[in-house]
Amino acid sequence: MTKWNLIVKVGRCENCNNCVIASRDEHVGNDFPGYAAPAEAVGDSLIRIQRRVQGSAPMVETTYLPVMCNHCDNAPCMARAGDAIRKRDDGIIIIDPVKAKGRKDIVKSCPYGAIVWNEEQQLPQTWIFDAHLLDQGARVPRCQQSCPTEVFEAVKLDDAAMQKKVVAEGLRPLRPELNTRPRVWYAGMDRWTTCFIGGSVSHEADGLIDCTKGAEVRLIRDGSILSTTLTDDFGDFQFKGLIGDGSAYRVEASHAMGTAVQTCELTDSVYLGELRLT
Amino acid sequence: RDGSRRFTTCTNGGPLFVYVKDGKILRVTPIEYDKNDPESWVIEARGRKFSPPRRGLVAPHALAMKSMVYSDKRILHPMKRVDFDPDGERNPQNRGKSGYVQITWDEALDIVSKEINRQKRVHGPGSITFPMSSHHMWGNVGYYLSSLMRFANLIGFTRVAANPDSWEGWYWGAMHHYGNSMRIGVPAGYGGVEDALKEAEMIVFWSCDPESTNGAYAGFEGTPRRLWAKELGIEFVHIDPHNNPTAQLLGGRWLPVRPQTDAALAQAIMYVWVTEGLYDKDYVASRTTGFDDWKAYLLGETDGIAKTPEWQEAETGVPARDVRALARKWGGRKVYLAVGMTGAGFGGAGRGATGTQWARCMVQMMAMQGWGKPGVNFGALQIGAPNDLHFYFPGYADGGISGELLWTGNAVNNYQRMPHILTMNPVKQMVPRQQLPDAILTGQATGYLWDGISQEAQFAPFTYPMPGYSPIHMIYRYGGSSMSTVTRSGRWIDAYRHESIEFVVNQSIWMEGEAQFADIILPACTQLERWDIGEWCNSGGYAHHGTSLVNHRVITMQHKCIEPLGESRSDYDIFTAILSRLGLGAVFTEGCSELDWVKRVFDSSDLPDHVSWKAFCRKGYHMVAPAKESLRAPVDMRWFAEGRNKDLPEPHPLPSQFAEKFGTGLQTPSGKFEFLPELFRRHTSDNPERQPLNHYIPSWEGMRNTELASRYPMQLIATHSRYSFHTHADGKNSAINQIEDHRALIAGHRFWLLRLNPADAAARGIGHRDLVKVYNDRGAVICATDITPLVAPGVLKSYEASAEYQMVEVAGETVEIGGCLNLLTSDRPQVRGTSSMAPNSCLVEIEKWANADVFRQARAA
Ligand SMILES: Nc1nc2c(c(=O)[nH]1)N[C@H]1C(S)=C(S)[C@@H](COP(=O)(O)OP(=O)(O)OC[C@H]3O[C@@H](n4cnc5c(=O)[nH]c(N)nc54)[C@H](O)[C@@H]3O)O[C@H]1N2
Ligand SMILES: Nc1nc2c(c(=O)[nH]1)N[C@H]1C(S)=C(S)[C@@H](COP(=O)(O)OP(=O)(O)OC[C@H]3O[C@@H](n4cnc5c(=O)[nH]c(N)nc54)[C@H](O)[C@@H]3O)O[C@H]1N2
Ligand code: SF4
Ligand code: SF4
Ligand SMILES: [Ca+2]
Ligand SMILES: [Ca+2]
Ligand SMILES: [Mo+4]
Repeated sequence: MTKWNLIVKVGRCENCNNCVIASRDEHVGNDFPGYAAPAEAVGDSLIRIQRRVQGSAPMVETTYLPVMCNHCDNAPCMARAGDAIRKRDDGIIIIDPVKAKGRKDIVKSCPYGAIVWNEEQQLPQTWIFDAHLLDQGARVPRCQQSCPTEVFEAVKLDDAAMQKKVVAEGLRPLRPELNTRPRVWYAGMDRWTTCFIGGSVSHEADGLIDCTKGAEVRLIRDGSILSTTLTDDFGDFQFKGLIGDGSAYRVEASHAMGTAVQTCELTDSVYLGELRLT
Repeated sequence: RDGSRRFTTCTNGGPLFVYVKDGKILRVTPIEYDKNDPESWVIEARGRKFSPPRRGLVAPHALAMKSMVYSDKRILHPMKRVDFDPDGERNPQNRGKSGYVQITWDEALDIVSKEINRQKRVHGPGSITFPMSSHHMWGNVGYYLSSLMRFANLIGFTRVAANPDSWEGWYWGAMHHYGNSMRIGVPAGYGGVEDALKEAEMIVFWSCDPESTNGAYAGFEGTPRRLWAKELGIEFVHIDPHNNPTAQLLGGRWLPVRPQTDAALAQAIMYVWVTEGLYDKDYVASRTTGFDDWKAYLLGETDGIAKTPEWQEAETGVPARDVRALARKWGGRKVYLAVGMTGAGFGGAGRGATGTQWARCMVQMMAMQGWGKPGVNFGALQIGAPNDLHFYFPGYADGGISGELLWTGNAVNNYQRMPHILTMNPVKQMVPRQQLPDAILTGQATGYLWDGISQEAQFAPFTYPMPGYSPIHMIYRYGGSSMSTVTRSGRWIDAYRHESIEFVVNQSIWMEGEAQFADIILPACTQLERWDIGEWCNSGGYAHHGTSLVNHRVITMQHKCIEPLGESRSDYDIFTAILSRLGLGAVFTEGCSELDWVKRVFDSSDLPDHVSWKAFCRKGYHMVAPAKESLRAPVDMRWFAEGRNKDLPEPHPLPSQFAEKFGTGLQTPSGKFEFLPELFRRHTSDNPERQPLNHYIPSWEGMRNTELASRYPMQLIATHSRYSFHTHADGKNSAINQIEDHRALIAGHRFWLLRLNPADAAARGIGHRDLVKVYNDRGAVICATDITPLVAPGVLKSYEASAEYQMVEVAGETVEIGGCLNLLTSDRPQVRGTSSMAPNSCLVEIEKWANADVFRQARAA
């Protein structure tokens, strides 16, 4: 039995919102009996783009994360809704546009906030993976069709094959601790969850300040060196993949022109600014 | 399979399939190519082969099309202002205040045509004006440069002479160093994609955000190419007060520069090149003039100030060490300089007080680095794809059905290919677009020409009124964008209410912007409700060969997908009805329906050699096969760098404009790149703002303007809106309007966003998504905040072109809540002696909106 999964490549989304608009275009003014009643022209979107900005000028990194219904195999919304929500054999979750009428209570049952309340229709609604189009032979959902940077990849695989892919490609669902078993998977989630420590090394020579290229920079925690890197043409360095758990870090830079030291407590990514060698 | 029928259209953001069922648009999707379409081009670079995706990468505003057609802001019936009586009291002072009553088409058309005749009878030529906007729904027949131009010519009108708003700094500045007047002073970009992928080591994005501005009409077609460059290890640098969406996607070093100080930064880079010998000395010696004077200026020999990285730091806020590092990196590598929307021209830095200085610096830098040599050119992998540029299909600026030979590109190809009745506006009087309200209010204005034929035309002033003609007494407005696209736009309100304006008619699709100032409103329909034909990204005219911006040349039948909504009619249809009342109907139509004209455009192009009319109509589009590898366009400026005759497929300079021999050298008097342009020496040496030597002159509305800056310490840049295309797709409850990074829903109203640095927000006690008042002496606009480290401190980044113009009075305070930030910008030209706009030099202050709670309560009630 093959089932639908959606893979989302983190770091490739540029927040163009084409997927968001395409999903609105699909549902606003259109009734798909058995799948979804018309969406509202104004109001919340079924697909949303979340933003994370790390660091500060000039060292910033921005990540956009498309989120939508995860089509969970262990769906809290189903537990709440009874027969108003069903799971299809191909894995897709459908909120019944007739049986769910008036069920505002269902909105809150989704821990991902993926359900939108349609005031006009008095209906909870969610992203249905374009099931109505797939059933007519479409190969991909509209978000994938309209995305300029190929963020999405919809795949129809049996669960064992999907599991292999998950392991091979390091895919992760959103908030695995909820144990909802989502069918939407994220590749490269580290960019969303981890932090960096960065800075710019400089030195004085002949009365002028210059960027220091090729300085050795060490990242130290609890007295031991975690990582070493070299500065680039702008004297910039960056340590990535750190956990923002409040740990204290020490950064040491050294070069023929001198040394510099900075410390920080890491809760979110930090740009330390200029480290002047002396 | 669901009973729908697939139609095709093209938009400002790319071609779409339009699915229609039971007379209603079901959905629009990006175009997808099939196996019968020609194969895509392949570029080989550094051992890899690259080919574009087989689908159209369209813009968000394209995909929002259905939501705009079915917008609840559509004007569905002709209307008359309640207190406007054409035969009695006209009450001009109430424009924008009083409401409307529905009238019949017959009544509306009678009033308009009678008034046209009355104007001619009572005032004579020139009393009517047709202010036109820069953009339009896509196509060759319905475009404003086509039908509207033909209509206006048949009536006669005072021309509102546009300023080169997109090009400003390039036209008034950079052009004189190297020519290219036909492109309004921007580089051509030929061959840039392949050359950059093969040769470039670094791309410096300078005021360049193609992920937002899309090369104007190309959607995201350039995006995969930039991602290829990233895969190839080409390095990126971004010089912009905003870490813009392009910088966010690609990464690379960001140099957050204070707005309108870029010329100082550029000069410091050139200073390092000079002092460290990091420039192309042979090229400078053999291909340029005036370098010694320029060098003397950089070194401080001219004015006692060496243009060092330390000197620029106080101006730009960019650390001297970063400038030195960049200069050294750049000097030692093959670098593409990416400026503005195409990567080869435009850019918000060119739309401010120092716009000409910046654009001049950009070409000066390239001349120092060997402009045209492999890997050394302008471009952002946005312009210059290896498409077949020889296949003829007209662009929108080529004049369509206008019959106008002087003010469109008609004469070049279109007119010979599609002979049609010539039309001509007999009125010589003109009024400069940015000064139109002043012309109405004060009775006079002076402007300077925008002309693509020569470098010289711009030095000639023209004045309004012109002897022999009537001042303006009637405005026939088509659309209504001025409130948010013209500088210091509050002037418009008084102009519309001025007693000299006897009649205002507005022909619009949506009730927005200026429509509410009209006496009579004529409801037009969208492009999906009428026939047209157009090629993706083919604007023609000054953007000659603009189709190299997209990955495949695609010419679309623009089907009439549905019937016009309500009583709305196509613009062509409305013009026909008015002109029929004046006895000119047949002259206008030549007996043709819009579909007949579409067929005539089809026949005039190279399409019939490749596809039958029937097959074209049925399939909805035709893809032009890419150029054979041997026939790909040469790289721009390569001929110049190599000292050969010019070999580019462009019709300029004109034969008379070469310095020595036809085909040899640039359009400048010397035929060389001129560091100190001869044309400035000849024509503007008495103008301190337009000197041959490109001095750094601080912005007249910037941080050096200390008195003003002490009251208004924030620099506002309202640049081109990412999700909407100017006013198109914003407002009107469109899908774009719902985007969280476009507008914020607060108290039931969607507020325009203002992006600012956390430090500036904290200093003023402003939080994320607070309502703030942005103000200066010119007015006050309420926006919602987006607090983000992506904006340099001291800078407010927002967008121009809100479609909504809404003045409200809250607790005795009058503010605008639609987002018309041009209410706050200066109407001074960037440099004296030009008709140019400088909106990116704008000082303001912001504060948490004190009346936000009153507003909330009023809305909740
Ligand atoms: N989505 C969309 N695309 C469009 C348009 C649109 O309205 N919407 N309009 C089209 C048209 S008509 C045009 S002319 C082009 C315009 O294209 P551009 O002229 O390239 O666009 P801008 O947005 O004005 O400026 C680009 C970048 O310059 C930065 N900038 C502003 N001021 C300065 C400055 O002083 N110095 C520096 N270094 N950077 C600065 C801005 O932050 C922005 O990131 O876009 C076209 N494309
Ligand atoms: N602050 C600031 N201001 C700027 C700029 C900036 O960078 N900063 N950029 C400038 C630039 S480069 C430009 S190009 C201008 C653009 O400024 P404008 O040209 O004024 O803006 P548009 O929104 O393109 O205006 C098009 C109008 O035509 C109408 N229209 C479109 N299609 C049709 C149709 O089929 N029928 C009818 N009847 N009407 C139609 C639309 O509804 C709209 O009112 O803005 C300039 N203003
Ligand atoms: S994401 Fe939410 S709405 Fe979707 S299946 Fe899971 S619990 Fe239900
Ligand atoms: S279409 Fe793609 S790039 Fe655009 S917002 Fe959606 S996921 Fe991101
Ligand atoms: Ca170089
Ligand atoms: Ca001209
Ligand atoms: Mo423009």
